[in-house]
Amino acid sequence: MMNDGAKFGSTRRELLTTAAGLAGGFALASVVATRSSHATPAAMAEAIRKVVGEAPIRAGKVKIDVPPLVENGNTVPVTITVESPMTASDHVKSIHLFNQKNPQPNVIGAHFGPRAGKAALSTRIKLADAQTIVAVAQLSDGSFWSDEADVIVTIAACIEDLQ
Amino acid sequence: MTARTLINVPAKAKRGEIIEIKTLIAHPMETGFRVGLNGALIARDIITTFVCRYNGEEIFRADFSPAIAANPFLTFFTVATATGTIEFQWTGDDGFSATESAPITVE
Repeated sequence: MMNDGAKFGSTRRELLTTAAGLAGGFALASVVATRSSHATPAAMAEAIRKVVGEAPIRAGKVKIDVPPLVENGNTVPVTITVESPMTASDHVKSIHLFNQKNPQPNVIGAHFGPRAGKAALSTRIKLADAQTIVAVAQLSDGSFWSDEADVIVTIAACIEDLQ
Repeated sequence: MTARTLINVPAKAKRGEIIEIKTLIAHPMETGFRVGLNGALIARDIITTFVCRYNGEEIFRADFSPAIAANPFLTFFTVATATGTIEFQWTGDDGFSATESAPITVE
């Protein structure tokens, strides 16, 4: 069940099958969960489809750099790099980062042009739970590439209360 | 409301050199999913957009979500093309807006 949202299918059919499988697994999990405000891998797949549309997503070119184990989910350093010559005819247009288990699946959407010189960005994000994060990059030729990373979080973020 | 910012742009660069830009802004990035002491949800208060312009031309833009950590930190790159200023603009909930700029000399 962990490789689900991960290698999300390159075709719509594959995607829907994984999403359905997942939804099943998650229904079971949510019976035990005390909070229901989490996004699910299915919600993440949906958020990705909103950005990508019907286009196929291939694995490769994108690299997520994130520590595999973080103590504090409130600030998790993430670096995303995309292999690209960054010329006017061949550059990265955008990089989107998604997560599976925060209250919302979107993390950041960054937009680049050939003037960026290098398609890379670093930021710090919040992670509510141990989960898989997925980065999707759109190239100027319209193709989409992605990478994913598993992060284990010991202290969750986002939903802790001030009590 | 003025927010404290920290900008790191090299003061000098060679023409065509790829330079790294680092930005940090003080902001709570309240997610809107947390419950406060009175049991009610704390309203969302985040920065939603960041734009960087080099001599007026947009070179980088980012859309933030509540999943960006407090005091948003961003690192990105650009090609040093001409002497001038690099402007940074953050906008967010409740009419939040902050601008900052840094000079750069290109040889």
